[in-house]
Amino acid sequence: MNLTLQIWRQENAKAKGKIVEYPIQDISPDMSFLEMLDILNRQLITNGDTPVAFDHDCREGICGSCSLYINGEAHGPDRRVTTCQLHMRKFKDGDTIFIEPFRADAFPVIKDLVVDRSAFDRIQHAGGFISVNTSGNTQDGNSIPISKHDADEAMDAATCIGCGACVASCKNSSAMLFVGAKVSQYALLPQGQIEATDRVQNMVAQMDLEGFGNCTNTGACEVECPKGISLETIARMNRELIKASVKS
Amino acid sequence: MALDSKIPKGPLADKWTNHKNTIDLVNPANKRLLDVIVVGTGLAGGSAAATLAELGYNVKAFCFQDSPRRAHSIAAQGGINAAKNYQGDGDSTYRLFYDTVKGGDYRSREANVHRLAEVSTNIIDQCVAQGVPFARDYGGLLDNRSFGGVLVSRTFYAKGQTGQQLLLGAYSAMNRQIGRGKIKMYNRHEMLDVVVVDGKARGIIARNLVTGEIERHSAHAVVLGSGGYGNVFYLSTNAMGSNVTAAWKAHKRGAYFANPCYTQIHPTCIPVSGDHQSKLTLMSESLRNDGRIWVPKNLEDAKAIQNRELKPTDLAEDKRDYFLERRYPAFGNLVPRDVASRAAKERCDAGFGVNKTGEAVFLDFAAAIIRYGKEKAHVKGLNEEDEALIQTLGKEIVKSKYGNLFQMYEKIVDENPYETPMMIYPAVHYTMGGIWVDYNLQTTIPGLYAIGEANFSEHGANRLGASALMQGLADGYFVLPYTIGNYLSKDIRTGPISTDSVEFEEAEAKVKSEIDHFINNKGTKPVDYFHKRLGKIMWNKCGMARNETELKEAIEEISALRDEFYKDVRVPGAANEFNEELAKAGRVADFLELGELFAKDALVREESAGGHFREEYQTAEGEAQRRKEFQFVSAWEYKGAPKDAELHKEELVYENIEVKERSYK
Repeated sequence: MNLTLQIWRQENAKAKGKIVEYPIQDISPDMSFLEMLDILNRQLITNGDTPVAFDHDCREGICGSCSLYINGEAHGPDRRVTTCQLHMRKFKDGDTIFIEPFRADAFPVIKDLVVDRSAFDRIQHAGGFISVNTSGNTQDGNSIPISKHDADEAMDAATCIGCGACVASCKNSSAMLFVGAKVSQYALLPQGQIEATDRVQNMVAQMDLEGFGNCTNTGACEVECPKGISLETIARMNRELIKASVKS
Repeated sequence: MALDSKIPKGPLADKWTNHKNTIDLVNPANKRLLDVIVVGTGLAGGSAAATLAELGYNVKAFCFQDSPRRAHSIAAQGGINAAKNYQGDGDSTYRLFYDTVKGGDYRSREANVHRLAEVSTNIIDQCVAQGVPFARDYGGLLDNRSFGGVLVSRTFYAKGQTGQQLLLGAYSAMNRQIGRGKIKMYNRHEMLDVVVVDGKARGIIARNLVTGEIERHSAHAVVLGSGGYGNVFYLSTNAMGSNVTAAWKAHKRGAYFANPCYTQIHPTCIPVSGDHQSKLTLMSESLRNDGRIWVPKNLEDAKAIQNRELKPTDLAEDKRDYFLERRYPAFGNLVPRDVASRAAKERCDAGFGVNKTGEAVFLDFAAAIIRYGKEKAHVKGLNEEDEALIQTLGKEIVKSKYGNLFQMYEKIVDENPYETPMMIYPAVHYTMGGIWVDYNLQTTIPGLYAIGEANFSEHGANRLGASALMQGLADGYFVLPYTIGNYLSKDIRTGPISTDSVEFEEAEAKVKSEIDHFINNKGTKPVDYFHKRLGKIMWNKCGMARNETELKEAIEEISALRDEFYKDVRVPGAANEFNEELAKAGRVADFLELGELFAKDALVREESAGGHFREEYQTAEGEAQRRKEFQFVSAWEYKGAPKDAELHKEELVYENIEVKERSYK
């Protein structure tokens, strides 16, 4: 396949960015999207140009490093995959592909397509944990049975990879799906109930502080989430927040 | 220096308890005066950082990713072992210990492995308490499955994302301490040297990967949880960034490197699709619970399948060779990884491979779908003879067990594994070798510790499935936090370590000069060009089967490639900016040294053991042939060029297990 790439180039956080066009030839449909960018970068380096910076690591859709806004969609046109799992067979010979970073005020660009998602970490610092010290003396793992349904639902929420596609897809740059997923995981399990009130309040407060927008129920996040995190997690987070406000 | 493994005296089962009871502790007020650096935030590093901070030490944690949650432990799929015996199938601490030593082909330390088996149960309890959503049965209790090389069900799991959930558990424990200020987190930082002052590890030199700044960080002790070095093969199931740099720099500062040639080649990975390939994807070993591995019995059928003239589903049952079930009736498809990988290679080398390059075997779920479908139909009182119904019901069950893996396969290969068997081939997955550590997980540099995959210890010459997660968390949560206290108890009056010393200055200057070399080199080829070539040498000559001639060639070829790399590599951009090519250049430079030591280690080990298979040493049936005179750990001391490294031997003593021929027949 021969393609035309339109890629966002930005030298650093302070520089002004712009879209630059790169033609690329002989792309195999079996390549992953990032392998296609590898080839572009090899060409750029060989020609003495600066390669395109993008985040990536595991290349099997689980670490959450890769991002990219491809033709106006987080992680590109395929569903339930991250960019590293997107294959070129989803494109046609002669296509023009626009590649931009995940955009949000809370995700400033570091370079080209690399953004700073540390706001997600800070939300977790505020409450994304159960306060239990490491010891050999916590109770036996089977001492509290948990219904399979709840455990499975907690797992579905916990499957979030923290990539930020939800924020990038949202017209409000809201992080509600991300925070909702974490809050839901804990809300569905008996462990850590004792600090549920503080958890949801602190995490939501930090989310607001980081400059993420509010949720207006467009549902774009759910559609673009590579892990299929459900909008229900947002509803559950709101319930938890209301419960917390009554309690405190 | 003579190697002292510092294994405590006394009966095997009491060693760890007695050791914990007798080592020195640091009182809580003094812990506040002690700094510890942890490099790497995967299961080992993350759990260690969190636990050390809970204890009261001041922790500085470093990762090259943009968040600790992205460390490659996240990609572990199948599960974590623990001797809970919840299934009542005869499991025990002893059995887990025994299976692990045997699985490692009798090349690991008894005392370490027993300790690992002892703390395995604590890990599950701890993770449940942290809110890790392990799979549960309908009674609400924890579910288990079975993995290769064992006869019990002791593997705990969270769908096909167990590593992710365990890592997020450790990450959440870290987050709590980062929030409290007890861990200072350095994301997007790469350790480029360890600083040794008066014979003790006292800090590191790190590069801020965003600004390019070279930073000095001091501490009373340094812990490396920086993972394995599988990427020396270029293609592996490791993440793109996984590297040996932290471990290798420590090696060059005096830490011995043990058993570098012990590499795990995992049998069930998605085959290579072309030269553009940047990494390989694993299909969890858990699939071998239900998937049957086969190739055609006849060469002409194999050729027809390779040329796409025959569909595998059209090949009659009696024309298939379920070679693992045939060769190893007792363990069948669940033989350990090294055995399964070699058996697949043997069939493919003989021409029975099933993809266009002839380097793949089938992993088939058709029988499992029918079995589960019939079971479900029976439970629901439906017609067990209705084939369409059985298929539908069976596929539902298989989907609930392995859905995410099947989806991953379909996205990559563009074939539906519910309808046609998966194609798989072995790929580099894990490295059992690593930095040599004593029983306390301390390296040969006092104050420098290595944990998780970065050290060499518990898995011997072959790691059993679901044991990497167990070891990483055992080291980080339950072993290192105790043993490091014994060392730090001598440092309570030392006070803060200054970074204004000649040692820090020298280390920083060295790091800067290597970076300057790369930036100013202006060669003609990108870093990947050299990395790929290194990978080809490693795979062809140090891969699943090795021999003297090729290993000698590999040593020469790698050494020559290294010279070429330094002369001709082109690194674009500048040192003081975000520059991934520069980071990659440093990592590949270290792989080019490690690769040579790897080949040398494989050459010196004139036996076959676990993942190390020397063609000269095999039984008449083609199984690995261990040799008594090689019952030792090879610990290499750096002496300039990797091929000049000096070998130190740690003899392995088996007092509780009879060393037998490892048989899975």
